Amino acid sequence: MTNSVFDPVALRSDFPIFQRTVRGGARLVFLDSGATSQKPRSVLDAERNFYENHNAAVNRGSYLLAEEANAAYESARQSVADFLNGKFEEVIFTKSATESLNLLAYSFGNSQSSSKFAVKPGDGIVVSEIEHHANLIPWQQLAKRTGAELSWFSVTPEGRLDLSNIDQVITEKTKIVAITHQSNVLGTIIPLAEIVKRAHAVGALVVLDACQSVPHFSIDVAALGIDFLAFSGHKALGPTGIGVLWGRSELLSEMEPFLTGGSMIESVTMTDATWAPIPRRFEAGVPNMAQAVGLEAALKYLTEVGMERVHGHELDLTASALSQISDIPGVKVVGPLDMKDRGGVISFTVEGVHPHDVGQVLDSFGIAVRTGHHCAWPLMRRMNVVGTTRASFYLYNTEDDVVALVDGIRSVQKYFGV
Amino acid sequence: MDLDSLYQEVILDHYKHPLHKGLSEEKTIQVHHVNPSCGDEITLNLLLEANMVADISWDGVGCSISQASTSIMSDLLIGKSISEAFSILDEFSGLMQSKGGSKGNEEVLEDAVALAGVSKFPARIKCALLGWMAFKDAASQGMSDEASNKQGEENG
Ligand SMILES: Cc1ncc(COP(=O)(O)O)c(C=O)c1O
Repeated sequence: MTNSVFDPVALRSDFPIFQRTVRGGARLVFLDSGATSQKPRSVLDAERNFYENHNAAVNRGSYLLAEEANAAYESARQSVADFLNGKFEEVIFTKSATESLNLLAYSFGNSQSSSKFAVKPGDGIVVSEIEHHANLIPWQQLAKRTGAELSWFSVTPEGRLDLSNIDQVITEKTKIVAITHQSNVLGTIIPLAEIVKRAHAVGALVVLDACQSVPHFSIDVAALGIDFLAFSGHKALGPTGIGVLWGRSELLSEMEPFLTGGSMIESVTMTDATWAPIPRRFEAGVPNMAQAVGLEAALKYLTEVGMERVHGHELDLTASALSQISDIPGVKVVGPLDMKDRGGVISFTVEGVHPHDVGQVLDSFGIAVRTGHHCAWPLMRRMNVVGTTRASFYLYNTEDDVVALVDGIRSVQKYFGV
Repeated sequence: MDLDSLYQEVILDHYKHPLHKGLSEEKTIQVHHVNPSCGDEITLNLLLEANMVADISWDGVGCSISQASTSIMSDLLIGKSISEAFSILDEFSGLMQSKGGSKGNEEVLEDAVALAGVSKFPARIKCALLGWMAFKDAASQGMSDEASNKQGEENG
């Protein structure tokens, strides 16, 4: 694939779901990859192959299947590490990005007061107004439990992070800066380097919610200089039920566990336990093995296509959609109108029509979009909208999908007489 | 697809010209309901007098289905006895669960039968029920307040 021309139409045949039609024979125009991606056959095959040929609980048995299951699971870990340019033991499998972020918040919260991870009254935790609830509520609640102060970057009317007061937001008191790499609502890619620089200057840790970036462009954790990163497999062509927490090994190895139970211990008595080294310390219980293996296949697929090409293709579609959508009278794009530091997500409102109704009419043409607040309620309030309709692009979308969307929006306006 | 069965003319009319929208000033029971999956919100004021629904007024943001349904509900229930209102509410809830199998009893539901098509769209049922559930909540509060007032009077 790497040497051939990037052809999204040909590539769609790798994704079984595009063989079906929807709503009375309509072609499926899937514009909701921001919520979850569709899966290529190789991912489905990898999961099936694991169950059919190697299924056994990892970290337990000493028989052949258990050895093979272990090898498959740990190979998946290595593949994730390679994909992110991190180290093997720095990759922790969780069920989702949501769990990864909660793992961090609870691990910090469980720290002894003498630990450098302890969060105390007077400490600062910094987030932003563009956070998905998954990277807001764990920190908001950690602040509540510990008496730490939550502060945040605001967003400008055009949907960019406002860093004009960065020195007042990230201060000497700040312990954690938890921030999303690319907004799932606006498509904005944040000026991460500036934030990392300031955070590290005051000794704070940087947690990156990379749910909307890892699937879409090449990420190098070493180059970004961050401390932790979370993403969900299911948004990156992988199965549901598998997420990743990456963290710098020297940090993870000093941190308290979040979930406790089997596999994560070193030794146990009736009254006490000690913890296994990383990564197992953070993987209590029999993990989602087939899903990890499926994620490995997904990352392999993306690598074979080439992340540069995935990203380039999404940018082409986004630029085209953005200019056509913003040309329709009565339609307002919520988020940056130019392509600078912007990914393949477009939110918009149609004057006189609620997003739910926009989505319903689009659905009647086979177009799947997300409507509502996108798990970013504070951002909706900030942008003065009750909700938006959101189209998000991935490698399998085509210019035909953009045309369908634009025609669809015009039909919505006609249908509701606005 | 059945878009037209969902968006009946009556619904679009109510959406564009909602009835009893705008909160009344009178002293009433007030409830606030939210549909957390889509962010739609409604505030509803209910005035009960002698076991009658004397007035309903409401305000809120939401899709055409939730706005039209609340408009139809308020117009339908004002002037009914509380027990009548509850039986209409049961009838409407039943219609919403019918998965497209029922056209609705027009004698009881009047304009609300226009919402029958919603029952074929699982994601929209909660939109149609938002205002009705707010009414149910307010009326239940009103009745228990009344019961405890009565008890208070008897005890006092
Ligand atoms: C930016 C962002 N963060 C976090 C999440 C949560 O991901 P999950 O629900 O897979 O845990 C999402 C998913 O929508 C997201 O877009």
